[in-house]
Amino acid sequence: MKLKKKEQTTICLTVNGRRYVESVEPRKLLSDFLREDCGLTGTHVGCEHGVCGACTILLNGSAVRSCLLFAVQVDGAEIRTVEGLDTEGHLNPLQEAFSEHHALQCGFCTPGILLSASELLEYNPHPTTEEIEEMLSGHLCRCTGYKGIVKAIEKVANRNPKFTHES
Amino acid sequence: MSVKPASFDYYRPDTVDEALQLLDEAEDEGKILAGGQSLVPIMNMRLATPQCIIDVNGLNGLDTIRYESGLMKIGALSRQRCLEQNNLVKEKVPLIAEAAPFIGHTQTRNRGTIGGSLVHADPSAEIPLSLLVLDAQAVIRSCDEERTVPVSDFFVTYLTTDIMPNEMLTEIQIPTEGIPQGYAFVEFSRRHGDFALVDAACLIDTDEQRRITSVRLALGGVDAIPVLSEDATELLVGEKLSSRLLEEVGRAVQAEVDPDEDLHASREYRRHLAGVFAKRAVRLAYQRAIQGGGTG
Repeated sequence: MKLKKKEQTTICLTVNGRRYVESVEPRKLLSDFLREDCGLTGTHVGCEHGVCGACTILLNGSAVRSCLLFAVQVDGAEIRTVEGLDTEGHLNPLQEAFSEHHALQCGFCTPGILLSASELLEYNPHPTTEEIEEMLSGHLCRCTGYKGIVKAIEKVANRNPKFTHES
Repeated sequence: MSVKPASFDYYRPDTVDEALQLLDEAEDEGKILAGGQSLVPIMNMRLATPQCIIDVNGLNGLDTIRYESGLMKIGALSRQRCLEQNNLVKEKVPLIAEAAPFIGHTQTRNRGTIGGSLVHADPSAEIPLSLLVLDAQAVIRSCDEERTVPVSDFFVTYLTTDIMPNEMLTEIQIPTEGIPQGYAFVEFSRRHGDFALVDAACLIDTDEQRRITSVRLALGGVDAIPVLSEDATELLVGEKLSSRLLEEVGRAVQAEVDPDEDLHASREYRRHLAGVFAKRAVRLAYQRAIQGGGTG
């Protein structure tokens, strides 16, 4: 594939189980693509250089920074964003636990953390507190409410060992 | 403030040969995009405005990890997350598996690559330091030739390596025959996942009398490039490790390094940390060596 500056190309990918066919130029960040072209504004944009973790999404099941990927790179990929966590309007157990344990204050960092936590629980259904904190180190919460977040994830880890982000 | 990269031509080659051809044609304006965890931030902040991006993520065979005739061969595109989980890496070069969790966060290690970290050459980065202490070789290709450079000759200065604009790192080779049994990787950073202020890596072998037969100690964050301590080798070889000797190593390393100061740490503080972390690395590697290379 060869694209000149500002030359548009068509990419085709699956986001939250829905197929999107959109036109993008090479420099378009995946985070902007999800928000502007797919209309999925649940993916938050914080620092735009990979530090804060607000824009974290699942790319083929792996938690990654969407501000450090170009949309053109994810042609053919399967992506999950915070909008894809619920089932027909019902919060999933992780989201329920976040609500129950006051794991969000302003909510800006929440979408990214939910996706990272989903990946963690998918591969490690019973993480230790230390492992949860290690995962959480990739996210900044400026309300500094980390304790509630850890509690919420611990609750899911203990209550429902078969938890998966697949709805 | 929005942070967006400048426009660039985007190429996604199907083969390594095609990637090298594109790199050659782009002259000085081409940049290889691998994991993008260092390159894309500096593009977003417009610290770099490469005219031509060559995305190698789709290339087959660049991310294989294999063991062949005494060499661990790690494809340049191997993800850092893979380094901490791969059984062959854990068995043959446990130092790398121990260093990997210190790199950024799981969310960046899912994308970041071993090759990208080596060629980015941050002075305190974990991969360059580990590969230096392991005496690894970098396999570098251009359209015209393939050459192998010892990692000890690879770094030039801050963020600058021996690699030419028309060249690409394709593989890292680590000789494992006779590799010391005792290993250690330790580091200090302000917060978990931050750039290290100082990191240290050490390999030690001992004889049956617990005397050190070989040692390599390297430090990151104390100079423009990661450095091997010659004084540590001189002090330690032939000796059993005692607390007196360990203190001597710490003092020697502090005298040997010449760190710069920045917003994060003064020269004196980095020098202090270099001594402390040199001692920790030597002590842990020695313990593992006398236990026969166990996980200690």
